[in-house]
Order: sequence, then structure tokens, then C-alpha cells
Amino acid sequence: MNKTISAGLGLTLAAFALATAKETITVKGSDTMVILAQRWAEKYMATHPDVSVQVTGGGSGTGISALINGTTDICDASRKMKSAEREKLKQRFNSLGVEVPSARDGLAVYLNDASPVAELSLDQVKDIYTGKVSNWKDVGGPDAKIVLYGRENNSGTYVYFRDNVLKGEDFAPGMQSLPGTAAVVNAVSKDKLGIGFGGSAYAKGLKFAKIKKDASSPAYEPNGETVKNGTYPITRYLYMYLKSRPTGAIKNYVDWTLSPEGQSVVTEVGYFPVK
Amino acid sequence: MRILPVPAQPDQGTPPTVNPQSTPPVPPPSLPVRKVLTMKKPFRAGEYAIEKFIQSVAIISLVLIGLIFVFVFREAYPLFTGKVLAAAPQAQVEEAETYGVDPGAPDIVEAPELEQNQENFKPSSLVGPSWQPVSLDPKFGLWSLLAGSLKVTLIALLIAGPVGIFAALYTSNFAPKWAREGMKPAIEILAGFPSVVVGFFALVIMASLLQNIFGFQYRLNAFVGGVAMALAVVPIVYTVSEDALNAVPKVMMEASLALGATRWETALFVILPSATPGIFAAMILGFGRAFGETMIVLMATGNAALLTASLTDPVRTLSATIGAEMAEVVFGDTHYRVLFFVGALLFMISFSLNAVAEFFVRNRLMKKFKGA
Repeated sequence: MNKTISAGLGLTLAAFALATAKETITVKGSDTMVILAQRWAEKYMATHPDVSVQVTGGGSGTGISALINGTTDICDASRKMKSAEREKLKQRFNSLGVEVPSARDGLAVYLNDASPVAELSLDQVKDIYTGKVSNWKDVGGPDAKIVLYGRENNSGTYVYFRDNVLKGEDFAPGMQSLPGTAAVVNAVSKDKLGIGFGGSAYAKGLKFAKIKKDASSPAYEPNGETVKNGTYPITRYLYMYLKSRPTGAIKNYVDWTLSPEGQSVVTEVGYFPVK
Repeated sequence: MRILPVPAQPDQGTPPTVNPQSTPPVPPPSLPVRKVLTMKKPFRAGEYAIEKFIQSVAIISLVLIGLIFVFVFREAYPLFTGKVLAAAPQAQVEEAETYGVDPGAPDIVEAPELEQNQENFKPSSLVGPSWQPVSLDPKFGLWSLLAGSLKVTLIALLIAGPVGIFAALYTSNFAPKWAREGMKPAIEILAGFPSVVVGFFALVIMASLLQNIFGFQYRLNAFVGGVAMALAVVPIVYTVSEDALNAVPKVMMEASLALGATRWETALFVILPSATPGIFAAMILGFGRAFGETMIVLMATGNAALLTASLTDPVRTLSATIGAEMAEVVFGDTHYRVLFFVGALLFMISFSLNAVAEFFVRNRLMKKFKGA
């Protein structure tokens, strides 16, 4: 009797020890990337039962500060790390961090299905979002006010759009900030006069504006080819950041995400592979 | 303190030898004395512990409120002393090394990192119409946020006030017993409704509905937020007004009815006016709730920091600003401090409103009925 109990106890303990001996990789950061990161983690764990990958969102900024505080192994970011952040990482770990471009994303400009506008130049998008142009008729649409939708100012997408499309100018104060890309998509799909921006993976029930680099160049829609060969003008990388060059289980995981198998997940989710 | 020598007091207390009563005073029977003594201090450890425990819980909640107060103000304080964390000098830090990059892939040219204008923050910059905290030239004007909060609150009160008060008047004066017993809990359940659910309902369904009815230019706007907020405010207005209406002495109603007034006249012209201070308190508490509510406005108002007079423009409220921006702000910088200042502002507003409401109920209402 006693023996069976102690044997059972021993077995449970051993199982426990085994479970804890499992290699754990924590991933934290960008909300844009959270679906991709989860899909990667699921697929990877299915073939590597000895590794557990834990994914949480929270935003690029949250992920980077977690990396600096040492509470995450991998940080997902939809923007490049800022020099101030790299500086902090250097003070803490004497390392500038390692950047792994792991997917490409075409940042789409959303229009309602009913909108007669099909293509916009980068300058027009800039003028619309800075408030210089506030009527659709100035960009080839009906005589009606443009309703601007965007992301909250804490998102990496907001900062990317400000720096790369608005060239550092402020968004018009009339822009409605919505929490999350899904909310922007939902709003534009319900608003005939709406315009929004966000990742091209999310769009359901609306159309993408074709974007021209400048007034005379051809317009491109964000799709696998244009994002991959760089002709779509609002293309960005989605990054993973690490404290130092990956080793062991983390290296295996990162290498796997960059492998053809990992990159096929990128396409499944709706982003574009880096290779 | 110096102890003074006590002088002898010859005049007081005659010496016992001169006492007319020759017999010494009879001591009282010993049994009752002992009984009194034993009943006086029955020390029970358990009771003592429970008493102290309850006391400490009460004190802890007081201390916690005090600490929150101190914390919020302490975090906002450096704005006014000019000791906001200076941004790290934008020294050119080397690039991070890259890993796993395919050299053949066409590169993406991203804009170089743009520098933020890091001028010293002055308290006067809180006064302004423009809220652009993540701009390259940050602006922290609070007017548009304050106006947004006031707009939504006003609309919510204009809807919830009449609804709550008339519902309370109905249940306290007209409703049959079964209706009263059903209505009161039903409305109070509304108070416990998670505000994120109300907000989501407003975002997905109510916004489209109201846009179709009124033809709003913007689907999400102050009006939609206000209507959704009214759902959260009605229970407060209702509960407090109902208590105030029930506190009106029965004799007033009886006297009015005896003089030939109908029940409606009695309710509207006798009972309602007598309960005015309590109803006023209800409105103020409703105002406080609407002003501080975050989730509903975050989801339903569109969050654009506009300073306009129109009630159908999108607005950004003080509370939604904290809710949306606090999670990602850099700890200790100007934006962080300003958000704490906004929190302190909300705290002070709701604190003073609650104090005013309390004052009205305690003093005015009680005085009125007790004739003090």
C-alpha cells in the first residue's frame, strides 16, 4: 500500500520535473503580429513537444520594454527599435540587440467597397491624413467630407504611418482613433466616406486603395508580388528582437520561423514572406 | 512639566476622630460587588480579535484611498516643478545587428528615425486646444478633452435624468407592489452591467442605428457615446432619486390627497419638489459616474480630440485618453506625467462632486423634513 503511494508520488514528481524541464520560450509584443506569432507557436510545438512557446501581445512598445527588463526572450515589433531603446538595452545587457526581419507587411489604405476612388498617390494619402484635403472631390471622389479612421497613438502602425507617409507631420485632429486594426476595418466597411489604414492581413469586407509612389508612377495594390519585390510603396518589415545572437532552443525556433515551413505560415496569416 | 509640592489641606476633610458617626461605615455586602466586577470586564479574546480585525479592515480601506490619492498626485507633481525626466540625449547609437537576413531580398527603405522636439514642458502648455502627445512636436492641450468629457456627460444626463427620475416617481408612487418589486431589481441589475458590454453594443449596433435615424456625418460621435452612457447612468439616478422620494414623509402625500389633489398632482407638485435635494444629489452622482466612465466612451465616441460646439462630432474624453494611452507610455516622461495629471483632475472632479452631493443629502434634505 505504502509502496504504491510512494511510487505514485514519485511518478507524479517525475512527470512534474519533466514538465518543468521543458524548454520555455516567451514571445511578447506587437498586436499586429500576435496572430502570426501564435500560429507559429502552435505549429512549432506540434512538431517539437519538448519546447513550449508562450505568446502575448500588448504592443510593440510593451514588448520592447519587456525585452529591456529581461522578462521576455523574443520581442515582436512592427517598427524598428528606437535609438533610445537600443541605448537602454545596451546599458542593461551590453548588447544592441539582434534584429530578425521575419515577415513583410504591406500597410494598406482601406476604402469602403462603395467608394468610387480606386487609387491614391502617397502625397494624396498624406494630405488626407494631415487634413489638408478634407473633401473626396479633391482626390477624384464625390463631393463629400472624408471621414478619417486610424489607430491609437500608442501603436507601432500609427508611428510607422506618421514617419513614412506623413513624413513626421501630425495627424489631423479629426481622425478617429480606434483600438485595433479590426476596429478600423469594421468602421471603414460601414462608412461609405471612410478611409483607414492598417495591415493588409485583416481586410474583410472592404477594398484596398492602389497606391502610387508619386503622381506619375503606376499604382500598385498590396499583394504577394508587389510587397515582395518592393513596388508597393508602403511596405514594412515585422521584426523579432533578441537580446543577443540566438543559441539553443531559441535559435532553433528562430531558424524554423525563417525556414520555408515557417514562412508558409506567414503567407497563411496574410502577411508576406521575407524570403 | 514640574510637579508642584502639594500643600497640606487642613480645611478639607474632618479628621475621622471628629466624625459624628462613631461606628465605622458599613462596607456594602460583598457579593454584589464581586458580581459587578466580574460583569464589567469579561475579556474575550475571540471577540477582541474580531473587533480589531474589522477595525483594521476599515482603516486599511481608508489608508488605501489616501495612498492612491498621494500616488496620483505625486506622479503628476513634477510637471509643475519642471523636473520631468529629461529625454535621453539622442546620441547616435549603433544599429542592432541583424540575423537571418537574405541578402538577395529587395530591401525596404524606411524613413530615418525622426527626432522629437524635447523642449522643456511648461504647465501653461496644458491650456490649449490641441492634444497631440505622440507628435514630433508634442502638444498637451486639455481643452478638447475636457470639452469631450463635458459633451458626453451632458448628453448622458439629459437622457438619464428624466428617465431615472420619472421611473423613480412611478415606482415610489404609482406602481403596484408587483411592478415595484420587479422594476427596482431590474434597473439595479443594469448598474452591474459590465461597461465594456455596453460599449461594444454601442459600437456595433447602436452607432449604425442612430446614424440611420439621424443621418449623422460621423458614425461614432459624442451623441452615440452619450446615449450609451445614459444606460450606465440611469440606475444611479434611479436608485438615489427613489430613496429620496421614499424619504418624503407620508403625511405630505396624505395631506395633499385630503385637500383634493389627484395622485398625479400630488406626485408632481408635492412629492417631487420636496425631494429636490435628493434628486439633485442623484444627478450629481450620475454626473460623476458619466465623467469618469472609460470603456463606453473609448469604444463609442470615435476618440478624435476635436474642440467643436457640435454634439454630433467625434470626441475624445479625459478618461478614454488615459485608458487608451497609459499602457504604452514611456515611464516617467512628460506624456506619462500629463496622463497622471489628467487622472488627478478626474479624481478631484469626482471627489468634489461626491462631497457636494453628500452635503445636499445630509444637510438640506434632512433639515427640510425635520424642520431644524
